[in-house]
Amino acid sequence: MREFQGRVIAPGTVTAPALVSHGGLNTLASFQKALQFGDKKATCGDQNNPDLYNKPMKGKALCLPQTIGSTTGGMVLYCACAMNRQPACMLFSKPIDSLAAAGSILASVWLDGINMPVIDSLGEEFLNFVKDGMTITVGADGRVIVE
Amino acid sequence: MYLTDEQQAIANGEKGETMARVMKTLIMYGETFGADKMVPVTSQYNHLVTSFGLKMMGPVFDLMQQLIDAGAVSQQEFSVDPRPMDPKVPANLLQKFIFRNFMYSKQADYENQLKQLGLMNDDAFTCACYFDQVGNIPKKGDYLSWAESSAVVYANSVLGARCNRNSGIMDIMGSIAGFVPHFGLLTDAGRKATWIVKVTCKEKPEAQLLGSAIGMKVMEEVPFVTGMSRFLGTQLNEENKAYLKDFGAATASNGAVGLYHIENLTPEAKELGASLVAPGAKVYVIDDAELERVKQSYPVVWKDPNAKPKLCFVGCPHLSLEQLVDWTKNLKQGLAESGRKKVRIPTVFTTAPGVKQEFEKTHYARQLRETGVILSCICPLMYMNNPLAGKMPVITCSNKLRTYSTARFYSEDEILHILTKGGKG
Repeated sequence: MREFQGRVIAPGTVTAPALVSHGGLNTLASFQKALQFGDKKATCGDQNNPDLYNKPMKGKALCLPQTIGSTTGGMVLYCACAMNRQPACMLFSKPIDSLAAAGSILASVWLDGINMPVIDSLGEEFLNFVKDGMTITVGADGRVIVE
Repeated sequence: MYLTDEQQAIANGEKGETMARVMKTLIMYGETFGADKMVPVTSQYNHLVTSFGLKMMGPVFDLMQQLIDAGAVSQQEFSVDPRPMDPKVPANLLQKFIFRNFMYSKQADYENQLKQLGLMNDDAFTCACYFDQVGNIPKKGDYLSWAESSAVVYANSVLGARCNRNSGIMDIMGSIAGFVPHFGLLTDAGRKATWIVKVTCKEKPEAQLLGSAIGMKVMEEVPFVTGMSRFLGTQLNEENKAYLKDFGAATASNGAVGLYHIENLTPEAKELGASLVAPGAKVYVIDDAELERVKQSYPVVWKDPNAKPKLCFVGCPHLSLEQLVDWTKNLKQGLAESGRKKVRIPTVFTTAPGVKQEFEKTHYARQLRETGVILSCICPLMYMNNPLAGKMPVITCSNKLRTYSTARFYSEDEILHILTKGGKG
């Protein structure tokens, strides 16, 4: 078990299995197919992301460095939340990028009843340590326990 | 973050619940990135990235309607990215059915929302809103609330305006409030270069390839590019603006660049020179071999890598008037050399509606039609952004289109060769 401390971007607490992307998450490429074609598991459609491709993202503790790609990324994430296909939480090793920040803030402000804690700045060691399937517990103060 | 009395009052609900949420969104956004205050949006027009009535974007359209119903509309008129459909662009029956009845079934409804929110006019659909023929040209020092990545990097770098790489929806939030949080590329410190890129190529590098190499290396940081005066001179003429448009789009899509400086050429580099470079800046040297290495690194994601191309897109970002004329001249010459009259594969050139209208007034429009090229105002990315198009072998000289789709990248010279001399006679 290891504990990491990050910064709270969107508050909340959750426990969920880890899903790890070592490269940047292309939000549009990852979510578009699932949102467009009614995939309730939000299976990742980004062929350029070998860590996530074809894996369900809904309900997972998504661990990643940051998001990349089109500036539609924030609103794609907002749509995933509105359609209840969002990850259980998003845990960034780096400081959050402006697109992911926008998506999580928009969901937090404009959607009622959405609980998707977002924590950033967890450090490179976090991504080195966490593996798919490990149990992640996110605390309200930005503490992340991996076991 | 410091808020004025007016901003605090809006956040407290003095102008209603919806405006309070708009302000809260911007406050949270600013606080995430250490903004010290809000600054007024000073550009005449805004530009939105969301141009498509994609069915999956239903929650966005609901949010837009919530804003309209509450009277929380944009304080600025705005342009918006290109439309996703054009019946003139080749597509099979299944693609056309899916585009119209499934993927983009909300297009008409969404365009109606855009009009209510402040769309400049029916022709304001282009990613290159800063063209003279479109007229959304911010002034140096203007604060913007834009999101389209290629437009943001152009406005910051070539026009000297100030804009962060915002997400869709966040762009309209700033425009509605009339304020944006002051951080990142809006600040002097955020506009310092943390990379020096030394270009030592023997010949003028292709804009889309050079931009790709730099984007992939520096990612979201700011590069100060030297060694380009030999190729570009020191004046921002139309040819150079088109070059920088394509260069910037590649830096923004292959990386996440929001601002670059070109020594002796872009406005802040001319004004401030090497003082723009931050202490401890990293160095990246680009020679011809490095560009070739980058080009060879692009994966070919076609199902059959040896498939014959079925479609070619040129114009992502949209072509300028001068680029359209140049491509027409080059195609005409290339076809004459090969003794042919038509391009070898179906080809679509894309440009802004205003540019298309100007181009149609020239004799080059007839020449281009005679080559068989289709001139459209579509967004190639939106065309490619579906599983059916993903199976098509499409070629392009756009590194942005390559990055976000299954299209295969070729240099402009290679594309010209394929179009005029490739294939069987």
